[in-house]
Amino acid sequence: MFSLEHKLYLKNIRKRKFLIRMMQILIITLLIVIWQLAANFGLINTFIYSSPKEIVITIIDLYNDGSLFYHIWVTLYEVIVSFVIGTIIGILVATLLWRFEFLAKVLDPYLTVLNSLPKVSLGPIIIIIAGAGTGSIILMALFISVIITIINVHQSFINTDLNKIKLLKSFKASQSQIFFKLVLPSNYNNIISTFKVNLGLVFIGVIMGEFLVSKAGVGYLIMYGSQIFNLDLVMTGIIILAIMASIMYYLILFIEKKLSK
Amino acid sequence: MILRIKDLRKIYHTKQNEILAVDNFSFDLKEGEFVAIVGPSGCGKSTILSILCGLEKASAGTIKTEDGISFGYMLQGDNLFEWQTIFKNCLLGLELKGKVSEKDKEYVKKLLKTYGLEEFMNAYPSNLSGGMRQRVALIRTLATRPDLLLLDEPFSALDYQSRLAVSDDVYKIIKSEKKSAIMVTHDISEAISMADRVIVLSQRPCTIKSIYEIKLTDKSTPINNRKAKEFAKYYDMIWKDIDYHV
Repeated sequence: MFSLEHKLYLKNIRKRKFLIRMMQILIITLLIVIWQLAANFGLINTFIYSSPKEIVITIIDLYNDGSLFYHIWVTLYEVIVSFVIGTIIGILVATLLWRFEFLAKVLDPYLTVLNSLPKVSLGPIIIIIAGAGTGSIILMALFISVIITIINVHQSFINTDLNKIKLLKSFKASQSQIFFKLVLPSNYNNIISTFKVNLGLVFIGVIMGEFLVSKAGVGYLIMYGSQIFNLDLVMTGIIILAIMASIMYYLILFIEKKLSK
Repeated sequence: MILRIKDLRKIYHTKQNEILAVDNFSFDLKEGEFVAIVGPSGCGKSTILSILCGLEKASAGTIKTEDGISFGYMLQGDNLFEWQTIFKNCLLGLELKGKVSEKDKEYVKKLLKTYGLEEFMNAYPSNLSGGMRQRVALIRTLATRPDLLLLDEPFSALDYQSRLAVSDDVYKIIKSEKKSAIMVTHDISEAISMADRVIVLSQRPCTIKSIYEIKLTDKSTPINNRKAKEFAKYYDMIWKDIDYHV
């Protein structure tokens, strides 16, 4: 079938891939082992830096009193709700700005300022508006994600191929026909990559919101842990967040692959 | 007369300046005629087609058409939608105009079949060669059954070999569908080989410098026309007329 040279070439690719994966696993294993050993031999203060063993114990404890998945679910729920609302608002506003260029020009400086404003500073106002509950958390996540979604999506909308727009106009297409026939489908990939950015931002926003006000959620666990000086709990929260983030990342990657087929 | 243009004028406005792009442009197009417009690059040739098609407003002048005449515009490059099949691409103009009837679909299928693209009906544009894509673009334009085709440097995106082949194809399609056409090009030999009349434009502001009736012995397809003995003579006259400055 293939020549010997080609087989060797394929083998080398596989070998390289395998090596990269092995190194990745090695790094995380070493990290955990060194951390645990350092804790065992008293090289680090486990009260501050915790240890892998303590983290596992904390997770098991949380699981046993039934609060582990409760907190994860609360955070996940807030992320999903903010992500859906944020994406819909973002794309809708971007569409309006594309359709009404005058409006886009008028709003441009406001969007720019809002985009560079550190959104945490809005925390106190958000609490007053939405109260100390889930509403505030979702609002915080929205503030963080919506502006950048609007800017990104609008940018890709207005970069639609002008020649194709001209073509549609020569067929006497209306603005809404241009939007649905050309602008939306041709920016499909851009919208998907906006989803990726958005999910990350919403995640940040939700945890930030949970730091400000919350009675549950992974962000709450971390905040609560630091207040009672239980650093095991803080570390556990961070590890849970890391796991959640990577699952979400691979999920999006998977969906993207499915959709682009 | 299918089309009568009189004293067309177009001014472009920029913040610094206003630019007279087209001035005193008048000519009549007979039914079934193929007219080529040549001129120095950037003189505003394409502007004329944009105005005819209604994409831009003329600053002055009148355009009269026979009642019920419709235009089909073919731009530089094929502008096919990569995310749709060839068949869907061809139906684009019809879809934008409203419902696509079975009769329309049959007509498009017939066009695709006649011009050798039937087996690619359900393929995507990325699987086609440049020449084939250009033919699809022409079928997309023909699908709306225009009476008058406006071709804006339709082959400029192609390499020289496919350019010759595709201009031959496109010419045959236009003639066999009995359409009138106005083609803008900067390629003098392309203009002589395809057109019944060649209009030479001046530098900006673009006005008509001269009009040549192209009379070739044994006039047939563009590739053959290039072999006619009058070809070089026309080429020479038009070249001098355009007055290129490098």
